[in-house]
Amino acid sequence: MEEKEENKYSIIVPTYNERLNIALIVYLIFKHLQNVNFEIIVVDDGSPDGTQEIVKQLQQAYGEACILLRPRPKKLGLGTAYMHGLKHATGNFVVIMDADLSHHPKYLPSFIKKQRETGASIVTGTRYVKGGGVHGWNLMRKLTSRGANVLAQTLLWPGVSDLTGSFRLYKKSVLEDVISSCVSKGYVFQMEMIVRASRKGYHIEEVPITFVDRVYGSSKLGGSEIVEYLKGLVYLLVTT
Amino acid sequence: MVYWGPKGKTNTAHQMKHIVKIMALLVAMSALWISLLQSSKIPESYTWLLPLYFIVSLGCYGLLMVGVGLMQFPTCPHEAVLLQQDIVEAKEYLKQNGVDVGSNP
Repeated sequence: MEEKEENKYSIIVPTYNERLNIALIVYLIFKHLQNVNFEIIVVDDGSPDGTQEIVKQLQQAYGEACILLRPRPKKLGLGTAYMHGLKHATGNFVVIMDADLSHHPKYLPSFIKKQRETGASIVTGTRYVKGGGVHGWNLMRKLTSRGANVLAQTLLWPGVSDLTGSFRLYKKSVLEDVISSCVSKGYVFQMEMIVRASRKGYHIEEVPITFVDRVYGSSKLGGSEIVEYLKGLVYLLVTT
Repeated sequence: MVYWGPKGKTNTAHQMKHIVKIMALLVAMSALWISLLQSSKIPESYTWLLPLYFIVSLGCYGLLMVGVGLMQFPTCPHEAVLLQQDIVEAKEYLKQNGVDVGSNP
């Protein structure tokens, strides 16, 4: 007897002061995933701007079954936010994405399609290939991004073109496995996840995505971030 | 087969650490360099400088890759426009369905 495959996608969105963006993101996810079984898990770290009230309004508008609010008392970091969201995820696939509209939900169908076509354990969005792209970066920012990428490719041979990207689809069991062995913070954490997954031999595919840098709010990249990045690279070089 | 790794975590034995691969590569290159030094097919003064040439070439290659990547950096200005349209559409719908879309509480 043939069983129809029932896939459910748990979309984990960590938020901090994303009062407006979270509503827009939820609308866009519903718009682009119309025939897909999914749930959105909002992990809010005690935002003072009322993000959680907005999520409750969204629950009224869209239904509490599809939008889960699983908050935490304060800013506790991205890695633990994913782990927290994972605990409440009931899907067999997990999507992680940012809440600031730099990751557009319109790419979700292409992630799902790629996974279905290839049976990959992880599908990661890449900004650096044809069909992808970035908007809102000045020359300096592009230079540091490109330099960082070349350095990482030379040292780590990661097998993916975009290491710091955080728009990814994972098989739930794979995410659980990889996340338990990662200890870094911030975007080095994203790098560590994909490098460890690559070392463990998981099948990773890429889809092009476009990245429009922060529409509302402020983005962060300074000298200390660069130092953190280099330290992260050395750490990954030696421990993975 | 399983062994206990340095932090007490289990690891499968057949996964070689990346750093080990890199070290093995460096050792192999050093062995080649030393054998070239001893075989005197190439003048010694040149052979001594080979590692330097290699590092400089690697650096130049890296800079080239950065430059090429920078020139070919994919951009998407149209996406910003599309995003603004999406935002307008979203705000309309959300307002009608009881969700507050102001940016301040």
